[in-house]
Amino acid sequence: MSSSDSAASRPANPRVALFVTCLVDLFRPSVGFAAVKLLEGAGCRVAVPALQTCCGQPAFNSGDRETARAIARQVIDAFAGYDYVVVPSGSCGGMLHEHYSALFADDADLAARAGDFGKRCHELISFLVDVMGVSAVAARYAGTATYHDSCSGLRELSVKAQPRRLLASVAGLKLTELPGAEVCCGFGGTFCVKYPEISDRMVADKTRDIVATGADTLLAGDMGCLLNIAGKLRRDGHRVRVRHVAEVLAGALDEPAIGEPATEHAQARHTGV
Amino acid sequence: MSARDDILDGVRWSLGRSDGDGAAERVRQRIGEHRRNPIPTRGQDNGAAALKRFIAEAEMVSATIAPVAAEADVPGAVVAYLASHNLPARVAMAPDPSLARIPWSDRPTLEIRRGAAHPDDQVSVTPVFAAIAETGTLMLISGPGTPTTLNLLPDDHIVVLRASQIVGSYEDAWDQLRRARERDGTLDMPRTVNFITGPSRTGDIEQKLVMGAHGPRRLHIVLIEDHG
Amino acid sequence: MQSTSHSFKDNARAAMANPTLQRAMGNMRHGFLAKRLAAIDRLPEFDALRDRARDIKNHALEHLDVYLEAWEAKVVSAGGHVHWARDAEEARRIVLAICQRLDARTVTKGKSMIAEEIALNPFLEANGIVPVETDLGEYIIQIRNESPSHIIAPAIHLVQDQIEQSFREIHTQFDRDRPLVEPRQLVDEARGVLRDKFIAADVGITGANFLVAETGSSIIVTNEGNGDLTQTLTKAHIVVTSLEKIVPTLEDAQTILRVLARSATGQEYSVYTTVSTGPRRPNDLDGPGEYHVVLLDNGRSRMLGTEFQDMLRCIRCGACMNHCPVYATVGGHAYGWVYPGPMGAVLTPSLIGVDEAGHLPNASTFCGKCESVCPMRIPLPKMMRHWREREFERHLSPAAMRWGIAAWAFLAKRPKLYRWVSGLTANVLGLLGRAHGSFRNLPLAGGWTLGRDMPTPQGETFHRAWARRRPRGTHS
Repeated sequence: MSSSDSAASRPANPRVALFVTCLVDLFRPSVGFAAVKLLEGAGCRVAVPALQTCCGQPAFNSGDRETARAIARQVIDAFAGYDYVVVPSGSCGGMLHEHYSALFADDADLAARAGDFGKRCHELISFLVDVMGVSAVAARYAGTATYHDSCSGLRELSVKAQPRRLLASVAGLKLTELPGAEVCCGFGGTFCVKYPEISDRMVADKTRDIVATGADTLLAGDMGCLLNIAGKLRRDGHRVRVRHVAEVLAGALDEPAIGEPATEHAQARHTGV
Repeated sequence: MSARDDILDGVRWSLGRSDGDGAAERVRQRIGEHRRNPIPTRGQDNGAAALKRFIAEAEMVSATIAPVAAEADVPGAVVAYLASHNLPARVAMAPDPSLARIPWSDRPTLEIRRGAAHPDDQVSVTPVFAAIAETGTLMLISGPGTPTTLNLLPDDHIVVLRASQIVGSYEDAWDQLRRARERDGTLDMPRTVNFITGPSRTGDIEQKLVMGAHGPRRLHIVLIEDHG
Repeated sequence: MQSTSHSFKDNARAAMANPTLQRAMGNMRHGFLAKRLAAIDRLPEFDALRDRARDIKNHALEHLDVYLEAWEAKVVSAGGHVHWARDAEEARRIVLAICQRLDARTVTKGKSMIAEEIALNPFLEANGIVPVETDLGEYIIQIRNESPSHIIAPAIHLVQDQIEQSFREIHTQFDRDRPLVEPRQLVDEARGVLRDKFIAADVGITGANFLVAETGSSIIVTNEGNGDLTQTLTKAHIVVTSLEKIVPTLEDAQTILRVLARSATGQEYSVYTTVSTGPRRPNDLDGPGEYHVVLLDNGRSRMLGTEFQDMLRCIRCGACMNHCPVYATVGGHAYGWVYPGPMGAVLTPSLIGVDEAGHLPNASTFCGKCESVCPMRIPLPKMMRHWREREFERHLSPAAMRWGIAAWAFLAKRPKLYRWVSGLTANVLGLLGRAHGSFRNLPLAGGWTLGRDMPTPQGETFHRAWARRRPRGTHS
């Protein structure tokens, strides 16, 4: 869908339901609030349906189709009646947008509902740019950042140019491209639990590339990748700050970066770096 | 039950094939019309554009090209190539009528043996059936006058190509072959059709490109510009 | 070939601890990947050709029985022979019988993954016939008693020093002090050694990239020319291949050939594309006296009509493994059988069973890169997920994982309870970890914290914070 098409057919102040995602909910609520701020700034009326938990990916990707279907139905019900469902994650966004209808391939009614639901689901940053027509944000960030393209967002939802476009409008921010930005970081949901050593080697490759850019900040759009990358950088003693891209775009920088000790954060804020 | 029947029955069962579903007819039609699939723009050249593209593509894959104005200039070009690589003036040549009419006797120092390749042949000279501009590819067919070993065994393979033999795409070349076989009354395929795109090479050692793995180390094209 | 797919984890661990292998795998990133991109840049129609290539194979597979019969009739009318083989054992015996009838002592081989699949070499050796691999990469691993680690670059796991060492050990006929420091010198030495084998061989065995129903031809694609010497210089050319290689016409083969080399090595076209039809003709001056095709099923016909049918479109270009971050980390041997990487993760369980090869479709992050580069648009991640579903249905998944999923699902289906548990977890972890920002150790996350920290939650879940800050913004 091109941005002009979707922009033309959408309400001026759409009712948007935020799908928080389980990782943002548990680890980093500040990303959820940053998302709300960005959405409201773009003119959306934001609600957070209470009956949400998880998108069902852990079951879906473990071969437990029945559980995945049960959760998908629960999500579709909880998010009925909104113009859009917006997710601060390409991975969960891809699940909602791409995979729900495949789960109900044997039930025409449910497949149709899931298909219709999928069409209303968007990843946060691509929603802001492609649907809401946002081309700049009023944020400021002192530093050099590099950006990792999370796999599902990139390949299932074509999230690539949108975050870069908005980041280019952040005052003070210098964006430097990450070599191999499109290579998987090794998180992979259940993969990092089932094959932790391979996962660890993959994230080591990723953080080596990140450190080599000389950037002081790593941004991405998915909490899974961010926890993985931040955890590896921390373990290896690198002080690259890791944040969800929505935090920087919303100017929501009060909380320490992912994996960053509160003291280090306070110090960094004090010295203005 | 024979393996053949077993396998075919298995395939039919898996596909849910039933008699009278029209599959046989669809297949017969598809094979008979050998319809073209979309051909990329770069394969749609002809004439001077195809010639230009062929030269550029062939050079990109490390073939060398010596253009000559007429058939009579071919022996000189071959001798010059041999001299420039310090090769003995001796070649194994395809016993094909298209090469036989070239005035080789103008170069009496050039020793020519006609026939299939021997293991110790250093240089071969062959005609080609067609050349494909799209990727700088030569199409050679086996036959009584064109043994396949000449394309493979010698270190240096010299082909004599006429500009009028250059076509845009592989599909054009197949059509030419079909027409030629119809003309000759030999409706079947040659035993071997070689599409050759540059000299032999390998990247099997740490992905480093080395020319001349098993086939010719060098591929030299003497191009007769008979397009006018 | 004896599978070690069940010990994928151990294989992978060993591979990651092998610095030479890791160095060799590093070569891949800068070779195939960059060249593929450059080749695609020069062909704007590439994606449209992929669509067409997929459609051609889908059509061929949906009419496979009819195409096979049409192809067979053409092979026979060109003077060739078709031998149908239900399984590896049948295929091996057919090849052996042909070799024995021709009194063959030496057999040259062009690269054939089907020959690997049926483990042809050890069988021929056991029956007194010497098989000689002639593709340089295959030759190198043959003299090292290894198996291919990649379907188009079988020796990609080796560095040059290892190859030099093997040549010095095996090629004892040469001066011990000869220089072998340049790839050129190694290639020349192998060229000389193998040239003699080509000339001495009685039978030549190749695989096939395509079988053309229109003409009864087999097509092979190589860069070295070894497949051509193999089939031209011997008494008989035996094509060892499998039934899904069928395409309707030469035009169809050409369309797929346009995407094959570009996807595989990043070449626009391979050096040698060879179309072989029957044995040499009466007046030909060279060529094989006999032409045989051994057509292997080995479980493929059972994949038709299932969720794995799309896998039969695979043209063995290797793009999926070239681009797979897991393959790049562990190398091809870790996968434990003939076909590694994403295509192996789907195909191997089909051929040797998911009980044996269950790790393979699980060892993927679902990053989707393989599907995005597959010239035949095979939905590899989706099919890996199908294997996980089959495992789950058959209770083959590890118990710990099943319990974990069950416990999580119990909560995920009960939002209020979930909210309470996640809220408590966030509180506790946030309280414990806030000062350090991350945990170096965490119960139940031992795998994760082996090599990385676990960042600390901020302390309050989003949903609690939201309910507190915007009591009217929550809709239930």
